[in-house]
Amino acid sequence: MIEAEDLTVSFGRVAALRGVSFHVERGGSFGLVGESGSGKTTVLRVVAGLIPDWGGRLSLAGETVLARSPRRFHRRLQMVFQDPYGSLHPRHTVDRILAEPLAIHRLPDPERRIARALDDVGLGPAFRFRYPHQLSGGQRQRVAIARALVLEPEILLLDEPTSALDVSVQAEILKLLVRLKVERGLTTVLVSHNLAVVAMLCDRIAVMREGVVVEETSVSALREERVSHPYTRQLLAASRGYDPALARRDL
Amino acid sequence: MNPLLEVEDLHIGFRTDRGVIEAVRGISFAMGREKLGIVGESGSGKSVTGRAILRLLPENAAVVARRLVFDGLDLQKVGAREMRAIRGGRIGMVLQDPKFSLNPVMRVGGQIEEAARIHLGLSRKAARQRGLEMLEAVRIRDPERVFAAYPHELSGGMGQRVMIAIMLVAGPDLLIADEPTSALDVTVQMQVLAIMDELVTKRGMGLVFISHDLPLVASFCDRVLVMYRGEIVETCRADMLDKATHPYTKRLLEAVPVL
Repeated sequence: MIEAEDLTVSFGRVAALRGVSFHVERGGSFGLVGESGSGKTTVLRVVAGLIPDWGGRLSLAGETVLARSPRRFHRRLQMVFQDPYGSLHPRHTVDRILAEPLAIHRLPDPERRIARALDDVGLGPAFRFRYPHQLSGGQRQRVAIARALVLEPEILLLDEPTSALDVSVQAEILKLLVRLKVERGLTTVLVSHNLAVVAMLCDRIAVMREGVVVEETSVSALREERVSHPYTRQLLAASRGYDPALARRDL
Repeated sequence: MNPLLEVEDLHIGFRTDRGVIEAVRGISFAMGREKLGIVGESGSGKSVTGRAILRLLPENAAVVARRLVFDGLDLQKVGAREMRAIRGGRIGMVLQDPKFSLNPVMRVGGQIEEAARIHLGLSRKAARQRGLEMLEAVRIRDPERVFAAYPHELSGGMGQRVMIAIMLVAGPDLLIADEPTSALDVTVQMQVLAIMDELVTKRGMGLVFISHDLPLVASFCDRVLVMYRGEIVETCRADMLDKATHPYTKRLLEAVPVL
């Protein structure tokens, strides 16, 4: 469904991506992990068409992605961002937030589609005419997910969708994403710094550092600690909590 | 042995247009020279508790406690002037993001020197010496370079080490760290924790470690207070957190994704 080959991106003199390749099958879910500045979000933004200048080859569902792709192309692919406070228009109601993508893509029957999208993310019709500031962080992220789903995309890109949320809210949103992925057969790419979050949603992961993929592996191999790159090992150890002996050694 | 910090029946409220909002509702705890974790979700009252100890809350906050005693000193009776000497002198504080805690237009060295001159009354030369020593204490390899740098020239992990160095200048007895590693990458996070761990062990300092990260607190601290809606619902040994009994703690633990 997604084939990326040798993606490169530079911001000025900084090489953000230095040749990243991966592919995701239809209905598959792929995780990108790494620390800040590793390039994981940049990969997602290239796939989403949010970065104008990039090198390499990218094809989605067998179609090559060009610098300017037609509108129907973007409908197949939607994205959910990290910050539910910054990604919703503060002066638009939930209804208007969900109606806009439908209007842009000239889809019929917005009424029914909006109601269904809200229902799908576990928000009742009562939320439809509220403003973002009247919602909690978790509810906002549900609206952002509904906005992505209202176009019935085949690919869902998730950029740290739960890292701004409290742990109990995070658990609910992850559960929701797992359910939607199965119900709709979505192909997903998830970016996160949290290995456990990635493991919940994905079957394959790529570990990124300084603009390259240092290791690609399956989540089951990760669980069994069958990883080869020292950096992956370091991330794995850190995800298990604080270990004084290990932490002091790295000082 | 007298505890380092005693808090008894602490209430914190905020006066707003719509009446008083109670953020902390009668919590009590005592701690020694140990690593005490305070965990809870947003709005549980963990951060305001840390700030109330140092009297760092805004004007509209009302703080009342039966006892708020630090090393025999009644913090409720201390005047503004004396409080300034305690803040950064005997009790230090490290916040989440060094980007916002350091002065962006002042070199790192100047900021450390300032702390040494105010709290220890050192001369410029001695303050510089002390500052460099502190940077070494937080394992900064090239203290001279960092001393001359501006905060924006440092990475997050470096910035947080500098923050800790500034707090250590005066040799505090207690350090209040509010999500000190949440803005850092995991591998850097572990290094910063190791530095704080060492300081507690070697200097016999007390540490209040405020965090939303349960597994981290369980593996790092000695003891944990779990806060929920302004109350302490559970207190236990950190390594026993997985055997917690309170339903809220259990739910919180269940919500943590595991690999």
